[in-house]
Amino acid sequence: MTLDAKIPSGPIQEKWDRHRFELKLVNPANRRKHDIIVVGTGLAGASAAASLGELGYNVKAFCYQDSARRAHSIAAQGGINAAKNYRNDGDSIYRLFYDTVKGGDFRAREANVYRLAQVSVDIIDQCVAQGVPFAREYGGLLDNRSFGGAQVSRTFYAKGQTGQQLLIGAYQALMRQVQEGRVELFTRHEMLDIVIVNGKARGIITRDLETGKIERFAADAVCLATGGYSNVFFLSTNAKNCNVTATYRAHKRGALFANPCYTQIHPTCIPQSGDHQSKLTLMSESLRNDGRVWVPKAVGDKRAPHEIPDSERDYYLERKYPAFGNLAPRDIASRAAKEQADSNHGVGPTGLGVYLDFRDAIKRESRKKIEEKYQNLFAIYHEITGEDAYQTPMRIYPAPHYTMGGLWVDYDLMSNVAGLFVLGEANFSDHGANRLGASALMQGLADGYFIAPYTLGGYIAGTKLDRVTTDHAAFGEVENEVRTKIDRFLSMKGKQTVDHFHRKLGKMMWDHCGMGRNAAGLGKLLVDIPALREEFWSDCRVVGTNEELNQTLERAGRVADYLEFAEMMVIDALERDESCGGHFREEHQIEGEAKRDDEDFCYVAAWEHQGVGKKPLVHKEPLVFENVKLAQRSYK
Amino acid sequence: MKFTLQIWRQASAKAPGKLVSYQVDDISADTSFLEMLDILNDTLEAKGESPVAFDSDCREGICGTCSCMIDGQAHGPGKGTTTCQIYMRDFADGATLVIEPFRAKAFPIIKDLVVDRAAFDRIIAAGGYISVNTGSAPDAHALAVPRDDAEEAFSAAQCIGCGACVAQCKNASAMLFVGAKVSHLALLPQGKPERTKRVIDMVAKMDAEGFGNCTNEAECEAACPKQISLTHIARLNRELLRAKILG
Repeated sequence: MTLDAKIPSGPIQEKWDRHRFELKLVNPANRRKHDIIVVGTGLAGASAAASLGELGYNVKAFCYQDSARRAHSIAAQGGINAAKNYRNDGDSIYRLFYDTVKGGDFRAREANVYRLAQVSVDIIDQCVAQGVPFAREYGGLLDNRSFGGAQVSRTFYAKGQTGQQLLIGAYQALMRQVQEGRVELFTRHEMLDIVIVNGKARGIITRDLETGKIERFAADAVCLATGGYSNVFFLSTNAKNCNVTATYRAHKRGALFANPCYTQIHPTCIPQSGDHQSKLTLMSESLRNDGRVWVPKAVGDKRAPHEIPDSERDYYLERKYPAFGNLAPRDIASRAAKEQADSNHGVGPTGLGVYLDFRDAIKRESRKKIEEKYQNLFAIYHEITGEDAYQTPMRIYPAPHYTMGGLWVDYDLMSNVAGLFVLGEANFSDHGANRLGASALMQGLADGYFIAPYTLGGYIAGTKLDRVTTDHAAFGEVENEVRTKIDRFLSMKGKQTVDHFHRKLGKMMWDHCGMGRNAAGLGKLLVDIPALREEFWSDCRVVGTNEELNQTLERAGRVADYLEFAEMMVIDALERDESCGGHFREEHQIEGEAKRDDEDFCYVAAWEHQGVGKKPLVHKEPLVFENVKLAQRSYK
Repeated sequence: MKFTLQIWRQASAKAPGKLVSYQVDDISADTSFLEMLDILNDTLEAKGESPVAFDSDCREGICGTCSCMIDGQAHGPGKGTTTCQIYMRDFADGATLVIEPFRAKAFPIIKDLVVDRAAFDRIIAAGGYISVNTGSAPDAHALAVPRDDAEEAFSAAQCIGCGACVAQCKNASAMLFVGAKVSHLALLPQGKPERTKRVIDMVAKMDAEGFGNCTNEAECEAACPKQISLTHIARLNRELLRAKILG
């Protein structure tokens, strides 16, 4: 198989315009003859479903939540980037493009990133028109702030609830299309498989989470916007039910999975407090605009933070990265925190923590100003820890947060399976090996509002699509497989709970495939994961039946997929024998920083499924940099 | 810490339900309320018993998925928090906690503590949006919005659609939910063109879904995890009156 990203020719500034012109169009009167399935209603899914509905297609949208408004995009706090240059501080589309490519440690596809920067400005316009209440200045115009990895202020925000406000905008646009009959919405429905007919994605099989009913849906194209796989670590900042099932099962049907080892460990999360914990909570990166990160200089200094004078504090980010200081990119800030903990400078009861201190900002700007900016974040911190961060510094530590890897897609956001489009975090395309803050919201909405509606139309107009209904034999076969799998879960009569296996897998992955990775640890995982998988099938127990709301059964399906998926992630991490962005191979570093190997690894690794327990086959898409010069990434 | 839990168990929408008593021991004070239920469910599953079904997702107080009444309070004790943000240190050791689903005619029970809140989606579909197709927006700075209006709109827009306002209200009224959306959009210049139609359609849908009326007791405001103010209900009433007069 040769991977053709189908990147349009010509100068990077002209590629998207040229491509949009070249894409075939579907006549407005013909659009209603085409059914499109969108799975997931986060920023990417909701915006795509709404926009496709507006264009006149028949859209069916699915989500596992009880409402389309609840997807985990809602939890994004800090903001959304756009190259508006409203601050007159030197921003431009080219600079956003450059920052994103560099931030991704030169492992993203240039053409995709440039297009992302281009449409970023339209996203802000669209959201404001929808009534998204972005922060404004006294003159009534939009406010901006800066975010990690950038020296300009290009981040638009709505207090600490930017993701929520953007998602509600997209959700309302979606509900408007539901009202108009253009979109049919299926909540509490989980996609359990895709159906491929004659090499084209033509439908999905779902389970109604309320009744257990297994249903078939046919369409001319399928869009997956089902998010990332951070919950492979069990503890992450993702919602409890976020899962890899939709993308992984598509992978098992032939879709290539690209760069699964690229995971983002976010530097500012509330440290874990005990074994009972079910998730980790993020503290927005925006806090690093005003908070200063430090640890005591002396090893094992147990004094309360206010008793430690400045001269005995190590503001290590400011010391190591004077140009970017506390706004160093996420991968770098996370590793620096780990370094402090590893050298016994960590703070808090477990030693797995560093301080994020607002003392100086409050002194400089007043407590009221800081409250205006971050009130809800300080409140969240107080609820979870019982501590008042206006009085004492926050304790923070890195946690799994976002996954840059995902299903491989071409420039049109279509996977190698014709008619299977993948949007948002679920695809791999724009963030390389590390995502910059405030870029996930941008990418989700770019894909859904401004890219998929064009490219999907181009696919439908340019493809001969036979009439396929759910009576087709392929639907019957896939449905049978889905049913067999469910029966298998329900017939397991072991002693352990599903969560027992998930926690165990998560701990293994965090220890050996988390912030630091090495060949020995990864090799160990390749023995331990299959063993755990075997144990799962022999010693797990799922109570209840299929024909009811059965949350244990839902989790069993997701954990079973993680137990297979994790192995591919580890193989990818092992074979990528270099460090880049969030993928830090301890064998490859220069003074603690990631050391890339452009000679041997300047490519996308896209894995083809070969069977459970069998090593997947790698396909390589070389990355060509025509505009940004490959360089050692420096924030010093 | 130790607790006695009285939990509403109901196998399905049509099945009869009842409170069932459970004991949980060895709960650390830093455990969240939902993690405590996770622990209970682990022990139930280990015994082959059916775990307690409850909704939750983000577990950081923003998605609006979690619900339930704890000792008669929607989202339990504590101001401005969702159920997932309640920690066991908020309760006395040895306490008995009564845990029930949100109760309202318009929120039918699905199972145990899980209810169907799709009525909220249908109210939004009736008009809770600004009709602007993708691509047709003017430049974001074409329209300045006074900061105070933007802030007030934001305070209404914070609603997470959890339904606590309805569950806490003796009339099962959805006025705070509807008021928040009507306020959010009516306060912004972008929302003005549809202002009249929006409020009429949303209120009509609210009534049709079987939610009760507001009798100004402010239980909703007290229960709201985002502390959305009752003034949005006052604005809803003004908007409705204005719309009816303008017709």
